[in-house]
Amino acid sequence: MKEKLIDLVGITKSYGDNIVLDDLNLYIRENEFLTLLGPSGCGKTTTLRIIGGFETPDKGQVLSGGKDITKLPPNKRQLNTVFQKYALFPHMNIAENIAFGLKIKNKSKAYIDDKIKYALKLVNLDGYEKRMPDSLSGGQQQRIAIARAIVNEPKVLLLDEPLGALDLKLRQDMQYELIRLKNELGITFIYVTHDQEEALTMSDTIVVMNQGYIQQIGTPESIYNEPENAFVADFIGDSNIIPSIMVHDELVNILGARFACVDKGFGDNQPVDVVIRPEDVELTAPSAGTIEGTVSHLIFKGVHYEMEVMANGFEWLVHSTVMHPVGEKVGIRVDPFNIQIMNKPASEDEEAIGIDEQ
Amino acid sequence: MNSKSKYLSTPYIFWAVSFILIPLCMIFYYGLTDKTGAFTLENISAMLTAEHSKALLLSLGLSLLSTMICLLLAYPLAMILNGMQVSQHSFIVFIFILPMWMNFLLRTLAWQTLLEKTGVINSVLSFLHLPALNIINTPSAIVLGMVYNFLPFMVLPIYNVLGKIDTNVVNAARDLGANGVQTFWKVILPLSLPGVISGITMVFVPALTTFVISNLLGGSKILLIGNVIEQEFTQASNWHLGSGLSIVLMLFIIVNMALSAIFDKDGEGSML
Amino acid sequence: MKLLKRIYIILIFIFLYAPIVTLMVLSFNASKTRAKWGGFTGKWYFSLLDDSIILQALQNTLLLALLSALIATIIGTVAAISLTGMKKRGRTLLLGITNIPMLNAEIVTGISLMLLFITLKMRLGFTTVLLSHITFNIPYVILSIMPRLKQLNPNTYEAALDLGASPLYAFFKVIFPDILPGVCSGFLMAFTMSLDDFIITHFTKGPGFDTLSTKIYTEVRKGIKPEMYALSTLIFITVLILLILVNFLPNSKNQAGEKKSRKNQA
Repeated sequence: MKEKLIDLVGITKSYGDNIVLDDLNLYIRENEFLTLLGPSGCGKTTTLRIIGGFETPDKGQVLSGGKDITKLPPNKRQLNTVFQKYALFPHMNIAENIAFGLKIKNKSKAYIDDKIKYALKLVNLDGYEKRMPDSLSGGQQQRIAIARAIVNEPKVLLLDEPLGALDLKLRQDMQYELIRLKNELGITFIYVTHDQEEALTMSDTIVVMNQGYIQQIGTPESIYNEPENAFVADFIGDSNIIPSIMVHDELVNILGARFACVDKGFGDNQPVDVVIRPEDVELTAPSAGTIEGTVSHLIFKGVHYEMEVMANGFEWLVHSTVMHPVGEKVGIRVDPFNIQIMNKPASEDEEAIGIDEQ
Repeated sequence: MNSKSKYLSTPYIFWAVSFILIPLCMIFYYGLTDKTGAFTLENISAMLTAEHSKALLLSLGLSLLSTMICLLLAYPLAMILNGMQVSQHSFIVFIFILPMWMNFLLRTLAWQTLLEKTGVINSVLSFLHLPALNIINTPSAIVLGMVYNFLPFMVLPIYNVLGKIDTNVVNAARDLGANGVQTFWKVILPLSLPGVISGITMVFVPALTTFVISNLLGGSKILLIGNVIEQEFTQASNWHLGSGLSIVLMLFIIVNMALSAIFDKDGEGSML
Repeated sequence: MKLLKRIYIILIFIFLYAPIVTLMVLSFNASKTRAKWGGFTGKWYFSLLDDSIILQALQNTLLLALLSALIATIIGTVAAISLTGMKKRGRTLLLGITNIPMLNAEIVTGISLMLLFITLKMRLGFTTVLLSHITFNIPYVILSIMPRLKQLNPNTYEAALDLGASPLYAFFKVIFPDILPGVCSGFLMAFTMSLDDFIITHFTKGPGFDTLSTKIYTEVRKGIKPEMYALSTLIFITVLILLILVNFLPNSKNQAGEKKSRKNQA
């Protein structure tokens, strides 16, 4: 296992009465693409700003290579930030913007010129040296902001919703661009976003946050396929979250019907939440399914049909390439591997689990 | 809306021509003619006489000095006010506009009371065993009056421009390794330049042309160029000479305004 | 550091407000000269009511400020709207001319208007001062309305027309409410500027007509009447109370709320 590059220990931060982060623990390994994902107000940007040095936590420590950098000002940290709305210096041209950090470090003119050329090539904007920031499109400004950060050869690049202001097509292009950049540069990216698709596409590790707590840490696959609680399941893609009873190991009672599953260790006759992704719900002939229902809504979505099936008092969300018209009686079947069992949270606060499971 | 607005602008164009452009032409007409109506440059070249050039130089000196002092006082103040993150932008403006509701002449006169040999300031100074301040009826008192009257015109544009700087741009400079001092010189100061230039214009022009402050705080002995022109109109009634001197004065104002137009293209450094 | 900043701000405030406090104190000075403190009295506030000259000057000042601000607001609003509709070149030119009275030296503006009025053989008095005040007030009105007009979504006006409104009706229902804050602040600014003006009034007024400013100026040599201090104090306190009531009570809640919600997003 690679060593911890940055380690956040017991970080707490509040503004007035509003607790933004509560005892947060998280570490980032070398060469990792780590994404902080969550709705607005979940504390992801504050976490990034604490790492960047723009905020000081009320409690806790930021360690870098084992050294405490909690109180170190941003200009002394070996990491650089790509800001949400680019934050290019409006009074400097592109070359001057990119050269800013290097000039501060008193690098030679030849070195700086080389670096500018290299960085502009890297972000596919060769020849833009003399342009002013306001003459560039949003996507181009974003690339310059990235170029300005990476010429300083930071160990870690912090990106605060860098694609938030771009339109969909450009956003998708930039996602591939960022992955390419990360592979070419071989540095660590810490990425903040509220867009789950962006997170799933780019990350090695996703940290799902809500209300100042980490909800789950894992690879995109594990976050998507094995959400640990209802919040994660609901936030990452569409899903059916159904209150159920765990009868015993590998058998769960969902809405009065018994479904085989693969999970163990939840005890006997315990209330649990079950997550089933809509594409994992198989529609069959009425008698062939585990339970029976009626199609109540139907929408064509392009790659698949989205249907809602009323069965045993629950509206099942179903994605399927086979169309079943509204009113048709269908059976519902789910592969045991696709049934994800979660503990019921005893209270709101207990949603904060899974902090050290990375 | 377009065809309508052409028609809408006519009354205002009429007003602007009648009360802004034509009056300015009148100054040029009077300034470039003598009492018989013949063309002459004498009223302009009169600025070169010892008496007038002395007044002009003194005005330039005092107004430049007070502009500098205003800038030095206002910039840190604007930075502090901006850093306080007062939730109400209007509150700051309010505090600087409020004194205007006390008559400008009375406010300036009040400094006489404060500065007098046995006035408030000297009483405080003598209580603190400090040497007395005898600046009433000196150029120093005039500079103080200028700074006092025009300081808000320097503070407000700078404060406004500072407030508009994206905090992330400042953060970005720190992030890229600049310390506080470097961030100030390389990012904050250049970005606030429109406000500074606008402030300089708004202080320098009234300071250069004042006749009231010199009259109230300088005694009757110190003549600024404003006093000379005012006297030509109200006492000597030599409008041609007064207009000629005004034309010279306007040259300085135009240079000043051109500078501000170059540096403040978008009107960012406005007061409000 | 924080303490130093505090001290700096306090010093500047003392500098700005010391003369005002001085004038307020002088209004309660029993001695007639400002050089000597003769004990506390409120008598100047009563004798003020009998001083017909000061009251006349006050009436002139207020009437002038009100009328000039009102007319400048009307002309300025129409001008601002027509300016936004103009082609860029015409607009730049007209805006440039508009800014002249604001950027030019007041003494030059005053002299130029005086020369105009005299050439036109107008009798210098209330009318000429009023015209001058309107002229230097218009730029303040235009400058406070223009930014609002620029932010305006042009589609709302077209939508109103599309829904069958007449242009005038559409203007008052759709555009006017949006620019109203700008119009109001323009009016207030104009009123303040007119009230505080001395220089331009000085050149465009004739003998026999006085505002408070010109009255004070003529009194400087022989000594300011204490009633003048009393009147200024009254005006200042009234305006202070009015502005606090109008500006801050309803606003402060809103803005505090806004700030809070912004932080919540962090």
